[in-house]
Amino acid sequence: MRDEGNTGLRRRDLLSLIGTIAGSSAMYQAMTSLGFASESTYKGPVRLQGDVKGASVLILGAGLAGMTAALELRAAGYKVQVLEFNSRPGGRNWTLRGGDSFTELGGATQTCDFEEGLYFNPGPWRIPYHHRALLDYCKRLGVALEPFVQLNHNALLHGSGAFGGKPQRIREIKADLQGQVSELLAKVTQQSKLDEVVSREDREILLQALQSWGALDRNYAYNANLISANYRGYSRDEGGGIGATPLPSEPIKLSDILHSQLWRHLRNFSAYHFQSTMFQPVGGMDMIGKAFARKVGDLIRYNAKVTRIQQNDSGVTVRYVDSRSPETPQLAKADWCVCTIPLSILSQIQIDVGPRMKSAIDAVPYASSVKIGLQFKRRFWEEDEAIYGGISFTDLPIRQISYPSTGFNRSGRGVLLGAYVFEGASAYEFTSMAPSERVARAVELGSQLHPQYRAEFENGIAVAWHRVPFTLGCAGNWTDETRAQHYDSLCQIDGRIVLAGEHASYIPAWQEGAILSSLDAITRLHERVVRT
Amino acid sequence: MALIRIKQSISAISRGRFTIALALSFVLISHATDADEETRSRPLTSLSMGFRFTESTGEELFASACQGCHMPDGKGAVGAGAYPSLAQNSNLESGGYPVYVVVRGQRAMPPLGAMMSDAQVAAVVNYVRTHFGNAYRDAVSADDVKLVRPGK
Repeated sequence: MRDEGNTGLRRRDLLSLIGTIAGSSAMYQAMTSLGFASESTYKGPVRLQGDVKGASVLILGAGLAGMTAALELRAAGYKVQVLEFNSRPGGRNWTLRGGDSFTELGGATQTCDFEEGLYFNPGPWRIPYHHRALLDYCKRLGVALEPFVQLNHNALLHGSGAFGGKPQRIREIKADLQGQVSELLAKVTQQSKLDEVVSREDREILLQALQSWGALDRNYAYNANLISANYRGYSRDEGGGIGATPLPSEPIKLSDILHSQLWRHLRNFSAYHFQSTMFQPVGGMDMIGKAFARKVGDLIRYNAKVTRIQQNDSGVTVRYVDSRSPETPQLAKADWCVCTIPLSILSQIQIDVGPRMKSAIDAVPYASSVKIGLQFKRRFWEEDEAIYGGISFTDLPIRQISYPSTGFNRSGRGVLLGAYVFEGASAYEFTSMAPSERVARAVELGSQLHPQYRAEFENGIAVAWHRVPFTLGCAGNWTDETRAQHYDSLCQIDGRIVLAGEHASYIPAWQEGAILSSLDAITRLHERVVRT
Repeated sequence: MALIRIKQSISAISRGRFTIALALSFVLISHATDADEETRSRPLTSLSMGFRFTESTGEELFASACQGCHMPDGKGAVGAGAYPSLAQNSNLESGGYPVYVVVRGQRAMPPLGAMMSDAQVAAVVNYVRTHFGNAYRDAVSADDVKLVRPGK
């Protein structure tokens, strides 16, 4: 607890700490030896060979899963049609720019007032380097990528009860945690307390490693000197000419770091999904959806709300209404169906599938998440604070502030991500507010990290995913138990229907999951078609 | 007991049926009547810092946890799918049912049990069962909630 006195290390803190430091490297080693870290399950462009015998496929949903299926199935010779609820392609692959408007459930409409060229991705916003399928489609579809900065050593870690509420630089917390822990480990190593687990030969190497990793001095101590300053930063930076001598800075005590809880955020930079290099499409995440739509847009019927999914021995019939004339039900028929409708919605649609798939469809709750984009008169985070891209973390309900990974060092306006709340009470609380209040709250809270907010804020837009009409939630929230019980049943082909989407993957809420799920679904469907 | 709250809406963004563009108006909210449910989207006075909800009354918990989907008037909403209306809802007749759904979730509705204490679940269930045109006076207790928690 934050308000506990400095009574030394608590066992739980220490264990979590070791997990934070050793966990990522130990995990990486385990994963590499199993061949996970180096390989994606993506095996290159899908090859659907053989005679499809004029078969037709109806695809429900024009998000990335649906459009991947449309693109590949048409290329394989199928007759393809797609029904999409929205009036645009992409689904959760979505970007808001100046002039865009969005009406959420409950009726509130927001119009985005961002300056031309500025944008905000309410849904997915970054691509790990190992999401090979998504990266390959970006290449094949001509979507230009640029680096997404996940770790910026100069961004902030903030605890409202830590260091008097003063944000700390990531590099300071990271360097000091490594340094202090290294000193501690070096000490017990030298005191021969690790002799049972560290051989005499390894002992010297371990000391060298701790010295290198922790910026320890020649006595294996972590102190204010130019060695530690080389990691944590200087109190006076190296300069040129007279008076240019750099000055060291004062490391934070181990106990203070532990009690600050700021070390908890470091896992956001070491976890596999957040390791460098990460990417984003130039100009907004929806460049991917738009690129897909250039290939398959002619197959998509927009504004189509599915109300019933029927199948029998000879084919699939889907009833839907056009949202502009909902009084007239329409029918779409095909031999097969790839359904990518989120389970939050599919669980409410009458669908002819067996009890096991139906139970699986009903088994997955949808996560709560809120993202808020804020426009400021100037890029004060760069101009005043030398923060170029990256993410600051806080224990405040906004959780994160992410600075744009594009347009660096320009003068003029900028848009940052002023809140990214995922699950937890505050995600529900932000969802419960009127959009204008979400934005006001994000500005009020964010000003605790950046006081410039008050003078520089211009406008904002807030997307609460439980209020998004086309998903009713952010993403499928599986547990180990629900996966064990239902996942395979969800992915099996049921008669003439197969499901796809991030919810039918082990990478939920990531676009890669949607694409890999779709490729797997259409491969199995195609095998069945060619075989029969 | 009637509460007087200052409702300040920041700008006229909302154009839907729940438009609330009154700048700094005083709104009388009563526990006893639902007259103002339609326009009520009052600012939360505090936000929970951690995973769990910190609000304690049924009214506060509804405004923090439920109205995001079921809407401030409890009437739900319709998009590609729908959020069911809690107003005049006969499914609430047996208090055990909403207790179970809040704790364990149902279909896409997330389980909120881990984010609320037994007393909080009971408070929000009792609030919904006595508001929005519901008048079920047999209150549920924290012990009723305990019974439906996973592993119990």
